Amino acid sequence: MKIRAQIAMVLNLDKCIGCHTCSVTCKNVWTSREGMEYAWFNNVETKPGIGYPKDWENQKRWNGGWRRKKNGKIEPRIGSKWRVLANIFANPDLPEIDDYYEPFTFDYEHLQKSPEMPAMPTARPRSLISGERMEKIEWGPNWEEILGGEFAKRSKDYNFEGVQKEMYGQFENTFMMYLPRLCEHCLNPTCVAACPSGAIYKREEDGIVLIDQDKCRGWRMCVSGCPYKKIYYNWSSGKSEKCIFCYPRIEAGQPTVCSETCVGRIRYLGVVLYDADRIEEAASTPDEQDLYEAQLGVFLNPHDPEVIAQARRDGIAENWLEGARRSPVYKMAMEWKVAFPLHPEYRTLPMVWYVPPLSPIQSAAAAGKIGHDGEMPDVRSLRIPLKYLANLLTAGKEEPVALGLERMLAMRAYMRAKTVDGLIDENIAKRVGLTGAAIEDMYKYMAIANYEDRFVIPTAHRETTEDALELRGSCGFSFGNGCATGATETNLFGSPKRAKNPMEVV
Amino acid sequence: MRDLITYIVFGWYPYLCLTVFLLGSWVRFDREQYTWRSGSSQLLRRRQLTWGSNLFHVGILIIFLGHFVGLLTPTAVFDALGISHTFKQWLAIIAGGVAGVMCFVGITLLVHRRLFDARIRTTSSFGDIAILLLLYAQLVLGLGTIFVSLQHLDGHEMVKFMTWAQGILTLQPGVSALIADVHPIFKAHLFLGMTIFLVFPFTRLVHVWSAPVWYLGRRGYQIVRSQGRLSASATSSQRRGAARTISAEYPR
Repeated sequence: MKIRAQIAMVLNLDKCIGCHTCSVTCKNVWTSREGMEYAWFNNVETKPGIGYPKDWENQKRWNGGWRRKKNGKIEPRIGSKWRVLANIFANPDLPEIDDYYEPFTFDYEHLQKSPEMPAMPTARPRSLISGERMEKIEWGPNWEEILGGEFAKRSKDYNFEGVQKEMYGQFENTFMMYLPRLCEHCLNPTCVAACPSGAIYKREEDGIVLIDQDKCRGWRMCVSGCPYKKIYYNWSSGKSEKCIFCYPRIEAGQPTVCSETCVGRIRYLGVVLYDADRIEEAASTPDEQDLYEAQLGVFLNPHDPEVIAQARRDGIAENWLEGARRSPVYKMAMEWKVAFPLHPEYRTLPMVWYVPPLSPIQSAAAAGKIGHDGEMPDVRSLRIPLKYLANLLTAGKEEPVALGLERMLAMRAYMRAKTVDGLIDENIAKRVGLTGAAIEDMYKYMAIANYEDRFVIPTAHRETTEDALELRGSCGFSFGNGCATGATETNLFGSPKRAKNPMEVV
Repeated sequence: MRDLITYIVFGWYPYLCLTVFLLGSWVRFDREQYTWRSGSSQLLRRRQLTWGSNLFHVGILIIFLGHFVGLLTPTAVFDALGISHTFKQWLAIIAGGVAGVMCFVGITLLVHRRLFDARIRTTSSFGDIAILLLLYAQLVLGLGTIFVSLQHLDGHEMVKFMTWAQGILTLQPGVSALIADVHPIFKAHLFLGMTIFLVFPFTRLVHVWSAPVWYLGRRGYQIVRSQGRLSASATSSQRRGAARTISAEYPR
């Protein structure tokens, strides 16, 4: 057993209102730069839909994630190491920028500078890449917002597999949900495995997956390797970039920008202890549908004295162990089992989990019964097909998602009985395998969602790895050059000098 | 006067180029590693790149290997192996010719793409276009030398270049005299070749140094970086070095 700790995230989709505050604040902080206009470390998709980039879930097309070989070992779907190298001159599995969208701006200046005309001047779109006029914008970062576009197109969504999808094209049967997506900071990341330079790494101390910007050579295999398509090639710097889980904030005990600004309070951050020695075995599980349970098996109980003792031996600090015991992520994923990984069938063991959304009851007759006698409707009668959610979260296995949804319905029924009727009905809790106390806890975390319950982030222990005396008077975050940013405007080596990070002065 | 120019261009200039090539690469790697990348534009336009880049790279790698082995292997080794100069000349013409044509088709596609595709053109730096055109010119000159070489298949011209290259590398600038009366197309090819070494550190060509062949030797797939721990007795330079350790892990 080799214990490590990771700051993991849970998103409660039941409360996501699709406001894109997470995406916009993230963009303003991290990707509002040349070369990254098209990149959204965090984006919110309306499901069903083909998503961003187009069709990202179709791994037959993009070859992201891992593949289990006949001998039981796994290798990246893009191929073994020599195959990766053979494709290095032209990567056959790389999306083109049009698969994301061509970034654009508008000629706002024209509104002020146009001469007097009979018609109102308009600001027409212009490409942010070539600078050329774009006559028609064909695709954007959130083109399918709230079921935009025709059903025939969005029904290409890969999660419809095994669902009789035709009926959901009819207006009265349609359904939708929001899916905010960011880097999953996987336990078994394919991007790391696919990087020929070895520039991508997982941090031992908090599990954040980062790209060493100095070591990245732009071979762009990580973009193909990542099944979530959450690595973006910066066409200006020639380096790949990804969500950094706001690590400077996390190290200081603050939530990521997307979590901090979430108005629906749907995001949770907390420590999960895991057994690094079990990752390979879990990721190689023969049946895809067992991968969700296999990943649960990698997580460790932070209340177990043996785990605590081993964690101390492996150098995990006390405040991290305390954080693990109070972790909202652990509660939702392990104790209540209401949170699930996104597409576990990719075998990456993702660490950003999702609470599936409830939805209205399909049949009006069934709807009348809810809550009055505590009898719960069948989750299979919810408007969002159970199979669809299962395809998204558990590789198509319906039972775990059904139990999660039932527990959330039970929480509603229990709390309604308590607050409206003044009754404590333990039977409701028992029926879904919980206790009344657990449901009250769930209610506190998932419905009230106080800041200090949502974000339990122990600070990093820089003092054990850095000598503050050595760092005095230095320039904070910077790349290889340290403080030598230079006073010259030109760069002998071909690219204009510009700040490589927000802390740097050029 | 002509002798002096020959001496400068083929006796001294190689050392300037090699020095800048090595020192420039070193300094850039050390000081400006953020700029050290292949500079792929595949994301912006895939069309013409799949064929262009593959043909170009495979072709130029064969050509590079041919020049490296052909020019720098001592003549005595070929003699010992019983490889005649005529045979070697034919080998150079045929293998070099095939790889050259591959490379030519590839780079033509790439040049067309870079100059006439609006997306690629506007996102290219001066260096991106200049180095591509320089390589294009060098390749055309190289292919042109084939027709001259067909005039002297006994390989004696080739031996001159071998002797010159090996002489330069063994610090004998005087070998430039051997080049004095070769066909001008060879002179142009040599000059441009050395110039490519000269500009190498200032262009995207530096990615050649970083060909990730080590990937094949990586143990397992995953990479985890752990923070090194400070010990109270470490000296300050040890503390700076303690920063990070890297370990490659599962799956095997």
